[in-house]
Amino acid sequence: MSRNLIKKHCMPRTFCLFALLTFAGSALRAQDWVHIESNVGAAKIRIAAAEFKPGNTDAKTMPMKYVFDQTLYNDLRYAGVFDVVSKSMIPTAEPGTPQEINLAAWAAAPSSAAYVAFGSITVNGGQESVQGFLYDTHAQQNAQLLGKQFSDVASVEATRMIAHRFADEIVQQLTGIAGIAETKIYYVSDRSGHREIWSMDYDGFNQHQLTYLHTISLGPAVSPDNSRVAFSSLGRDGWSVRMYSLVLKRMVSFPMWGNMAQSPAWSSDGNQLAFSWARTGNPDIYVSGASGANPHRITAFLGPNVSPVWNPKTNAQIAWVSGRTKLPQIYIMDTDGSNVMRLTDGGYATSPSWSPNGELMTFAWQRNYGPGAPGAEDIYIMDIASKKWTQLTHDAGANDFPSWSPDNRHIVFQRQQNGHTEIWMMLADGTDQQQLTQGGNNLMPDWSWK
Amino acid sequence: MQQKRTKSLVLAAGLAAMLTVAGCHKKKIAPPPPPAPPATTAPAPTATLTATPDTINAGDQAVLNWQTSNATDVSIDGIGTVATSGTQSVHPTQTTTYHLVAHGDGGTADATATVTVQAPQATPPPTETGIDENAFEQSVKPIFYDYDSYSIRPDAQTTLQSDANYLNQHPNLKVVIGGYCDDRGSIEYNLALGENRANAAKQALVNLGVSPDRLRTVSYGKEKQFCTEQNEACWQQNRRAQFTLDQ
Repeated sequence: MSRNLIKKHCMPRTFCLFALLTFAGSALRAQDWVHIESNVGAAKIRIAAAEFKPGNTDAKTMPMKYVFDQTLYNDLRYAGVFDVVSKSMIPTAEPGTPQEINLAAWAAAPSSAAYVAFGSITVNGGQESVQGFLYDTHAQQNAQLLGKQFSDVASVEATRMIAHRFADEIVQQLTGIAGIAETKIYYVSDRSGHREIWSMDYDGFNQHQLTYLHTISLGPAVSPDNSRVAFSSLGRDGWSVRMYSLVLKRMVSFPMWGNMAQSPAWSSDGNQLAFSWARTGNPDIYVSGASGANPHRITAFLGPNVSPVWNPKTNAQIAWVSGRTKLPQIYIMDTDGSNVMRLTDGGYATSPSWSPNGELMTFAWQRNYGPGAPGAEDIYIMDIASKKWTQLTHDAGANDFPSWSPDNRHIVFQRQQNGHTEIWMMLADGTDQQQLTQGGNNLMPDWSWK
Repeated sequence: MQQKRTKSLVLAAGLAAMLTVAGCHKKKIAPPPPPAPPATTAPAPTATLTATPDTINAGDQAVLNWQTSNATDVSIDGIGTVATSGTQSVHPTQTTTYHLVAHGDGGTADATATVTVQAPQATPPPTETGIDENAFEQSVKPIFYDYDSYSIRPDAQTTLQSDANYLNQHPNLKVVIGGYCDDRGSIEYNLALGENRANAAKQALVNLGVSPDRLRTVSYGKEKQFCTEQNEACWQQNRRAQFTLDQ
């Protein structure tokens, strides 16, 4: 039974979702609440996660089971594509195997689940084994969509990773797009007394410090292959782009440009970096190879030019922030510096992040900015082709540094409220806002590419 | 120019001499070569080393506390041979990692403790010319900027002229121009804006006859604030180019 992944069968429901995953245009609802489809807002799939069945009475089985159940439940909830059946509405049975499940009970009200995830977890001699299944509650035959077995040492970390992997399998199976449960978020935290680069799982667990530079480090950007994190750091000669290897778990050499080099951004093929550099005295956008070789300037606009990001779909365009007309605005251009186009029409707009599908920009915007007009700094998304925008955060602190998740459905960002800054995530329509960090200041999140 | 070069040479020679001395000193206190392989019966030494507090401001004191067991020879890099357990106060001027090595019949153990020295806003020690940071800042005053602007204001021209006069009278002084922004707006954009501010101040001084070789710019954006209240008077204090001695 284990390890036999039944071939996926496509149902009308799945096709319907595929269609909605492509950008569906925008519909005006209210002046300030324009709605842009970004893979969210589509009818959500009703899914239930059963309590996994403990396979034996080993002392560690139950603790691992609780970790697994909670992690899987949260992953499905955070995925943004599911209507997860509340725990109070699911049948009390703990089916451990397909023979033990009564699909009709899960299909019936109040559960009314279209799909159910279930299985068993067993710890034996310090090793754990998880069997996970995904079933279509309405199918008369071929009801099994997934049958997976996972093994690892019995630790909380490993159990959480197994739950993440199973959740991602479920998302992939039902939507055709990879889930985000195994992704990471890189960010800046001052919890150690200095602003250093930290890493955490997408759900806020497993927070740990990467750098120990004892200065100010900002703006982490993880490489598309998850092997390195580029960021900027204040040294004796000002700000330089620095590089941390996630493989070697230490700093690795990188040209110390000095002269205010900051805000590095990777092209999606991992071959190039764009960054801001005041080599000539004015901060302009430069592009170099991934190892820092051959930096060349692509903007020549007086005033601050900063925060470049690549169009991850094509790597042929770069969006950035320019103060060439005083208050910062978001612009896009081709990577040779041609075809400059301004996206924002005023206010104070910073911190662009280009959606993985290449169609949307998320950024921070204070539409009414200036002395005497204290507006709020909020997260927005804009459809680049039409320049139609929608506001995602409302009436909750000062929000900045949004970063897209690889599934195009989520945005992570920083929110300053009550005197400190924390990291939050939300669906790309602004709903389901969750705080991920607590304690100290945590800022400038960057969502990994996979 | 010739004079300056001679001076640099003397300085370089002096530095080289200092380095050599430091090098010799370091050699002297290096731990002795490891003894012959220990007999398997001797217990292995253990060592712990802590620093309290582990973060200080430059000039402050931290206390090292170490304990070892089964060790006959204990040394701490930069301090030398020490008792097998004890305490010592240290005054590092920059972040320093103390490395303790304990040798015993049963082998070698080591332990490290780091004292992080927080960089001061401005370094106070007097320079070779006898001008300390305070005297310098009395004479070379900051200039202030309008909101979201790096243009030199008319009211800054007088300050810049007097700053330039002082710098032209003290041609050996090198200067860091720090660009600062108020607390509003985005971190990265403010770092870039601060660079524009520092660079605008640099250009203004160059136009008033100060050699660009003496001027170095560093932007602090909104990362270091002179005033932390949320009002215009405070924001104005923070929108500045600040001149400090480059040492």
